[in-house]
Amino acid sequence: MSHHSHEEIHGIGYGILVLVWLGLVVLTGVTVVASGVHVPALAVVIALLIAATKSSLVVSYFMHLKYESRIFHVILLMGIVTIAIFIGLTFFDVLFR
Amino acid sequence: MKNIREIALEEHHDFVGAKMGMWLFLLTELILFTGLFILYAMYRVRHAAEFHAAATELDVVIGTINTLVLLTSSLTVAVGIEALKRRNRKLAKWMVLLTVLFALTFLVNKYFEWSAKIHHGIFPGADELLSRSQGEIIYFNLYYAMTGLHGLHVLVGMGILLWVYFLIARKPSEKVVVAPPNIEYLKGAQLIASKGEQESWVIDEIKDDVVEVEVVIKKDPKKAGVDIPNIIKLENAGLYWHLVDIIWIFLFPLFYLIT
Repeated sequence: MSHHSHEEIHGIGYGILVLVWLGLVVLTGVTVVASGVHVPALAVVIALLIAATKSSLVVSYFMHLKYESRIFHVILLMGIVTIAIFIGLTFFDVLFR
Repeated sequence: MKNIREIALEEHHDFVGAKMGMWLFLLTELILFTGLFILYAMYRVRHAAEFHAAATELDVVIGTINTLVLLTSSLTVAVGIEALKRRNRKLAKWMVLLTVLFALTFLVNKYFEWSAKIHHGIFPGADELLSRSQGEIIYFNLYYAMTGLHGLHVLVGMGILLWVYFLIARKPSEKVVVAPPNIEYLKGAQLIASKGEQESWVIDEIKDDVVEVEVVIKKDPKKAGVDIPNIIKLENAGLYWHLVDIIWIFLFPLFYLIT
């Protein structure tokens, strides 16, 4: 099969999964501490950036996307683009009404 | 020993197709929650100060604990999937059970959180809440709608994981029915079967009036292999569970940490 068939069969090691979990716990701590930042606009951006980073860790490793074939990446991209259009157009409407 | 992929090919299982179906379903879930997140964003832009004031009433400690509980449950289900792929049924079983317990912990925490709020008269339509500013009313209505829908997903995910747990834990057994025309081979044969622990008895010859013989073969779960369909089911249950985790990753800072 393909060059990454090894990963598909055995998936990823338990060690990597635990490392990803540790990363997620640390990022949770960071987001709680960072919420004390007294610049509201900045606080939202930081919170969302951390949430996005955590999500991408979950998607890549826990949900295995890193080791899936290209079509799965396309499917997720499709979803993200759809959501971006929804959010973008709604903000465009609300902010410039 | 054949690897999982080779067995899957032999037995015509489709890992990729099954997972793709799940991913497409998860996209619809994502869009469902996006609608609510957009609603939240628009109202927060309009009532920024009131949202911040209302958020101070949520308990950051419980929120953080629940975040850690869900993150850890994501780890346990991921480890469970890996274990099952490596045919370590025992570890997989424990990990899935642990995931279910974490899900339950999350829901119990949520129950205490909600009931404390409801006790203080903060729930949609309550007089106490309606006497407050419009921004705060919207904040708490959204809080109940979004964490409620998320909680429902936790409940569903917990149910699915519990179901998969029983599938994995079940003693593999096969029922074999010997029916015509093959029953002809048994006619005239004597069956010796054991009844209970020690007593064994001889069934009479299989006579002409016997049309079917049913045999249940039970296997030792420790020696039996892992059912491929169970791996696929656990993988898809895991994907669903991780989505539930991701939704919470966004809900947590947006509701608890905007003070």
